[in-house]
Amino acid sequence: MALTIGVPREIAAGEKRVATVPEVVEKLIKLGFSVLVETSAGDAANISDEAYRTAGARVVDSAAELWSASDIVFKVRGPSVEEVERMREGTILVSFVWPAQNPELLQQLAARKVTVLAMDSVPRISRAQKLDALSSMANIAGYRAVIEAAHHFGRFFTGQITAAGKVPPAKVFIIGAGVAGLAAIGAASGLGAVVRANDTRPEVGDQVKSMGGEFVGVDYEEEGSGVGGYAKVMSEGFQKAQHDVFAKQAKDVDIIITTALIPGKPAPKLITAEMVRSMKPGSVIVDMAAEQGGNCELTEPGMVTVKHGVTIIGYTDLPSRLSKQSSTLYATNLLRLTEELCKAKDGTVDVNMDDEVIRGTTVVKEGAITWPPPAPKLSAAPAAAKAADKPVVAASGKSHGHGKGGAPTSSGRMAAIFAAAAVCLWFIGASAPTAFLGHFTVFVLACFVGYMVVWNVTPALHTPLMSVTNAISSIIAIGALVQIAPPMASGLDRPDDWIRWLAIGAIVLATINMFGGFAVTQRMLAMFRK
Amino acid sequence: MSESLATVSYLGATILFILCLGGLSNPETSRRGNLYGIVGMTIAVLATVLGPRVGNAGYAWIIGAMVIGGSIGVYAARTVQMTQMPELVALMHSMVGLAAMLVGFANYVDPSASANMSGAEKAIHEVEIYIGIFIGAVTFSGSVIAFGKLSGKISGNPLLLPARHWINLAGLLVVIYFGREFLHAHTINDGMTALVVMTVIALLFGIHMVMAIGGADMPVVVSMLNSYSGWAAAATGFMLSNDLLIVTGALVGSSGAILSYIMCAAMNRHFISVIAGGFGTTGGAPAAAGSGTEPAGEVVAISAAETAELLREAKNVIIVPGYGMAVAQAQHTVYEITRLLREKGVNVRFGIHPVAGRMPGHMNVLLAEAKVPYDIVLEMDELNDDFPQTDVAMIIGANDIVNPGAQDDPNSPIAGMPVLEVWKAKTSIVMKRSMASGYAGVDNPLFYKDNNRMLFGDAKKMLDETLVALKS
Repeated sequence: MALTIGVPREIAAGEKRVATVPEVVEKLIKLGFSVLVETSAGDAANISDEAYRTAGARVVDSAAELWSASDIVFKVRGPSVEEVERMREGTILVSFVWPAQNPELLQQLAARKVTVLAMDSVPRISRAQKLDALSSMANIAGYRAVIEAAHHFGRFFTGQITAAGKVPPAKVFIIGAGVAGLAAIGAASGLGAVVRANDTRPEVGDQVKSMGGEFVGVDYEEEGSGVGGYAKVMSEGFQKAQHDVFAKQAKDVDIIITTALIPGKPAPKLITAEMVRSMKPGSVIVDMAAEQGGNCELTEPGMVTVKHGVTIIGYTDLPSRLSKQSSTLYATNLLRLTEELCKAKDGTVDVNMDDEVIRGTTVVKEGAITWPPPAPKLSAAPAAAKAADKPVVAASGKSHGHGKGGAPTSSGRMAAIFAAAAVCLWFIGASAPTAFLGHFTVFVLACFVGYMVVWNVTPALHTPLMSVTNAISSIIAIGALVQIAPPMASGLDRPDDWIRWLAIGAIVLATINMFGGFAVTQRMLAMFRK
Repeated sequence: MSESLATVSYLGATILFILCLGGLSNPETSRRGNLYGIVGMTIAVLATVLGPRVGNAGYAWIIGAMVIGGSIGVYAARTVQMTQMPELVALMHSMVGLAAMLVGFANYVDPSASANMSGAEKAIHEVEIYIGIFIGAVTFSGSVIAFGKLSGKISGNPLLLPARHWINLAGLLVVIYFGREFLHAHTINDGMTALVVMTVIALLFGIHMVMAIGGADMPVVVSMLNSYSGWAAAATGFMLSNDLLIVTGALVGSSGAILSYIMCAAMNRHFISVIAGGFGTTGGAPAAAGSGTEPAGEVVAISAAETAELLREAKNVIIVPGYGMAVAQAQHTVYEITRLLREKGVNVRFGIHPVAGRMPGHMNVLLAEAKVPYDIVLEMDELNDDFPQTDVAMIIGANDIVNPGAQDDPNSPIAGMPVLEVWKAKTSIVMKRSMASGYAGVDNPLFYKDNNRMLFGDAKKMLDETLVALKS
């Protein structure tokens, strides 16, 4: 049975985004769904009802009708109390929810016996990147933050030498080099500013440089990477050192953009009133953490204020201010999620709790609260980040062959294997004569050497490898060679002819293999060329 | 040459063999690796022949035998077609197995071999002979059957006897029983009976084992037999107290085992279940299992000219070769097409599935023979993510390795096997003789996808026509 996806108009004040766009509607329909859109849902994002209709969606007149007719509802903001009441039992809601900040909303949703997928809870693993709406929104917000700053800043960003005099470039300091921070670095350096950036995670230094910024580190030994690639709360000593760095930067730069957030915690206060006072008049602070309380002590969320001659921008709706762009990206994220949910492409969804991505995203499953999910299996910045000077590259270089590392075997299993090996060895040691043990040692070690040597072979060479090992196994000729005419211990009755013919047969066979194997390997290898 | 000198030469040979295998891990160093192997083998043979264990009387025999064997070997290596590589390798494995058997028998009838032994030492020596001959015999008969299957002399379908696991188990018990008899035998003649009975059972065991394995699993079998031939050499080494044989046998044995393991991992199958056999049946169980999800949709056929048209307009092309390319000997035409497209600025790459073809790395060897540069021949993992950006994916004589059912259909017998995601390309073209299913006996939903086109006919003929159309 094909399900209906409903997209209501966002009712939160000032919210200009919409959860789907016509291009995505077409693709949802291809997946087998039918799509309902509330009238004027896209108005604020410059998308007309007509455009949705052309794409194949049905436009309905009222929110009530939409909620009652939809099996799945796509939204941007979390539902209001009123919207929660409109939900039918069994409805699937996909939106931002922020379960950590809104426990009572979670309770209400659970009480309605619905399933809720929170786009803010998508696990941060590579496979889920395509549906990471937080990243796509942060990207937009970072860009917009720079544009807002430029709007309120009384000078050029870029340095110029004009007939009327020299214009120095604006200096921008960006705190927090996450997705938003990096987008801001890119946008600001694109406008020609001198950009510096700081982050508690030293491994992002290279990413900052790649976006055209300069990394300003805090000279204090502490690892700042928390679970899932997010930052964590730092120690007091570190905060002191960080404070000094920021105070110094505040005196020097024209624009500060702060993006420092720690998941599930109020934003750290990084820019003190004192620092604001020390800034040049006309400077601008954009506090992208305003919604979580702000990184600057003087921020007023949602407002633009001027304090000590410094404009402090505390907008909490930066993505919404680029409504068309953010709607498009968000809609695409939702489409990717839908694809994950609807692998059969038949217009039905399967909230498969065994799937790591879906498990993490689902916060309420049929009335049961499933948030928080079990801890993610791996961190985005693994152990390599421990060494501050080691760059962390997202895609680790692909080694050829099969040395794919993988998780080490669990210690319990290892212990069992070692115990079994020890028993075997003890048994052999207790019963076998010494001469045998010498050969046995050689044998076991050779097995390991073979294992180590062959493990890294590139698959392209499997055939030559096999033919060369085959050629080498004709070493068995040695066994036959020593039988042909060994020095005779006298007095033994040896059936010479028998042995000789057996041995000659073996030598012929082994040499066919020896010469043939090496020759054919040579022939094959000669063909491999760049 | 003194005993010590011979031992040192053996040590040198061992190191050269290890370097040889190590060198083979990379195309850049592979030729040197092969050279190491040849030098190591030469040293080992010379040290043995000139060493204290071979008397003057033997030289003529040895030289004669080696000249005969060597010429046959070189001749076979020169004349073999690259597409027949798997057969040749399988046949050569059988020689090692047979040689190990012969050496084992010769050693047993040779009283000088165990002259100074007593008690436990003698028992161990006899166990070594017994095991050596057993492994040799299994390798020999198994390889011969593998050769037959690969060359098409024996049907590729698995032969599934009823209660086959019990037959194997009974065989094993008989082998163990005669092993006991063999150890208790007082004269060589007494022991010989037990030895011969065991050899016959081992031969049957080898035949039965490989007969039960389907054609799709042949890459695993070939590399497994490769491993066995190594263990046979190692067992012979124990028998003769020769460390060189032990080391080399163990090297070959473990490397073969790892290759088999890699193959199995590539098919997402358990090693035991491959060896136990029964996969790759046509009809029967898999067909029934797949019946619930009969692929729906239409099959769209196109002509060679239209294929050429699609290729001409493409920017990114990925070619996925399979066993069909090997059978049709189409690799040279494939290369011609590749060259033509690359001259026009089309990015052509090859996607090789780890188990494409009938032995590990089969496709790479064929493409290398056709002079396709190896840096555009990529592994599945390297380019599987690139299909969405690919305009045309051309599948030449491959089936199961591009079956989307492995990902979508949990009931499919190949569910979970990693496959090349060719259906994500804008267009995929499947070259095939007919709509028949692949070795796994599974229908392929790819053929019914909207963006898939079928080019029916012999791969070589169709590619030749495509090439002509491209040139015009």
